[in-house]
Amino acid sequence: MDLKNISLEECLKLLKEKKISSKELTTFYLKEAEANKDLNAYISLNSVNAIKSAEESDKRISANTSRPLEGIPIAIKDLFCTKDVSTTAASKMLNNFKPTYESTVTQNLWDAGAILLGKTNLDEFAMGSSNETSFFGASINPWSKSNKKYVPGGSSGGSAAAVSGNIAIAATGTDTGGSIRQPASYCGIVGLKPTYGRCSRWGIVSFASSLDQAGPMTKTVNDAALMLDVMAGYDKKDSTSANLEKTNFYKNLKDKKKLRIGIPKQYKNDQLNDEIIKLWDLGIEYFKKNNCEVVEIDLPHTEYALATYYIISSAEASSNLARYDGIRYGLRNNSENINDLYENTRSEGFGEEVKRRIMIGTYVLSAGYYDAYYLKAQKVRSKIINDFKKAFEKVDIIFTPTAPSDAFEQGSKIDDPIQMYLNDVFTVPVSLAGLPAISIPMGLSSNNLPLGFQIIGKSFNEDSVFKAAKIIEENSNFKKEDKK
Amino acid sequence: MDIDKKLVKKIATLSRVKIEEKEVERISKDLSKIITWVEKLNEVDTKDVTPVANPSDIKIPFRKDEINDGKIEDKILKNAPEKKAGYFVVPKVVE
Repeated sequence: MDLKNISLEECLKLLKEKKISSKELTTFYLKEAEANKDLNAYISLNSVNAIKSAEESDKRISANTSRPLEGIPIAIKDLFCTKDVSTTAASKMLNNFKPTYESTVTQNLWDAGAILLGKTNLDEFAMGSSNETSFFGASINPWSKSNKKYVPGGSSGGSAAAVSGNIAIAATGTDTGGSIRQPASYCGIVGLKPTYGRCSRWGIVSFASSLDQAGPMTKTVNDAALMLDVMAGYDKKDSTSANLEKTNFYKNLKDKKKLRIGIPKQYKNDQLNDEIIKLWDLGIEYFKKNNCEVVEIDLPHTEYALATYYIISSAEASSNLARYDGIRYGLRNNSENINDLYENTRSEGFGEEVKRRIMIGTYVLSAGYYDAYYLKAQKVRSKIINDFKKAFEKVDIIFTPTAPSDAFEQGSKIDDPIQMYLNDVFTVPVSLAGLPAISIPMGLSSNNLPLGFQIIGKSFNEDSVFKAAKIIEENSNFKKEDKK
Repeated sequence: MDIDKKLVKKIATLSRVKIEEKEVERISKDLSKIITWVEKLNEVDTKDVTPVANPSDIKIPFRKDEINDGKIEDKILKNAPEKKAGYFVVPKVVE
């Protein structure tokens, strides 16, 4: 039995038919994770307790009291608080932090029978697009060549590398400006950012609260739907959580629906290379072949999205990260004087990129500059949201590339923050508007690296996003086996 | 806008981040570049536009202000770098 290339859906079937036990499955993935430490996809493995949980799951399976994800080991981005299990946010600041509570999204997964396999690597406090800002060293793209190391993307790079490298069946990620979708694209997997409010943010280490959203990172579209059905749901502990009916994404995938697809003309800019444009056209053909109507749409404020995003996300980050003061939890650099204690602790605990964003955020919120930067960005955000609202009067789905390129080489952009930020040019507008979007692998670049495409839906209409993603998945000839 | 060295030091203090004298120039260059880049937003006419803080159309509900937990002092203090007799310990603040 090939346990390596197996999907979550197939695992559930094998477990149900008792062709394999959860203990065998969990042991296999713990071993694979150990054997592939060079990917640096995990910050920590939950070796002992994962086996114990698997034994519990096997008992339930025998007793026919299985829950929806019974016995499935899952990798969790190390930004989700897990009770009594080290939660670092890939920062020196939280290197010794063991939460006394469980995040709502992970609790939902455990309540559905899933098992914590390990905590995955990320950019420090989810700030980055390459995984290179992690205190624990960068995770590596499993598609790297023997002589060249490529980034897995970020910030959920460890989760993407784990799923792509077959050392996790499925993983969770979080997405603030593209942190699920861009690594999914770079690693050739499926990654979904749900609508803002779909999954509870409670217990996820905060970065930018008006943008942060948790989502699944999986091998297939069906797996993403299976995961999201469990992860999503109303939570009174998150005041922006949406109180909606229980979702049935997986079940609803079976119904076919004719979709109207929009192609934003502003996304076809000169910086896009030919191979991405070619693949994009191919995707459009797939939709047409499946009776979808394809029309051009207008998103006139697209070029302002990145600047808007960097003002708002940095402002919110500077405020959220004020809590790391060396007093209540996390690192402390002792000092005689309280202000020195704060400053020394924060200088030692935070890395370069985090400090840079805190300073940008502090500046744009400071007296005399607030209106010119922060308030201005909030107004432009309103215009960007309106662009999408107008476009969605004409279409059900918007189809674009996920990122402007394939994965880049390690070290090639880390010294130029703006170059790094430009990776998020297609994912950031969606985040500002709080819309659901998936990245789905479409093909390979001339460098033999995966290229993903983004499918954006209306607010709380993940169903259409999944259906459109299914069309791409079924038609594209993307194969993981092409990995060399 | 140019973020000069003096302003860098002020922002660092407001951010409670200590920076070395030798870093000031590099940070000044970095921040100036980023701030100049985001000033692209000045091209957008935002007269009479309502600023957005939350992208969702869902209204944030109020809840009753009532106690729903308690007696979790041990949990709260569990990760404290320094604690004593049920309190966080800080350097002397009042002279």
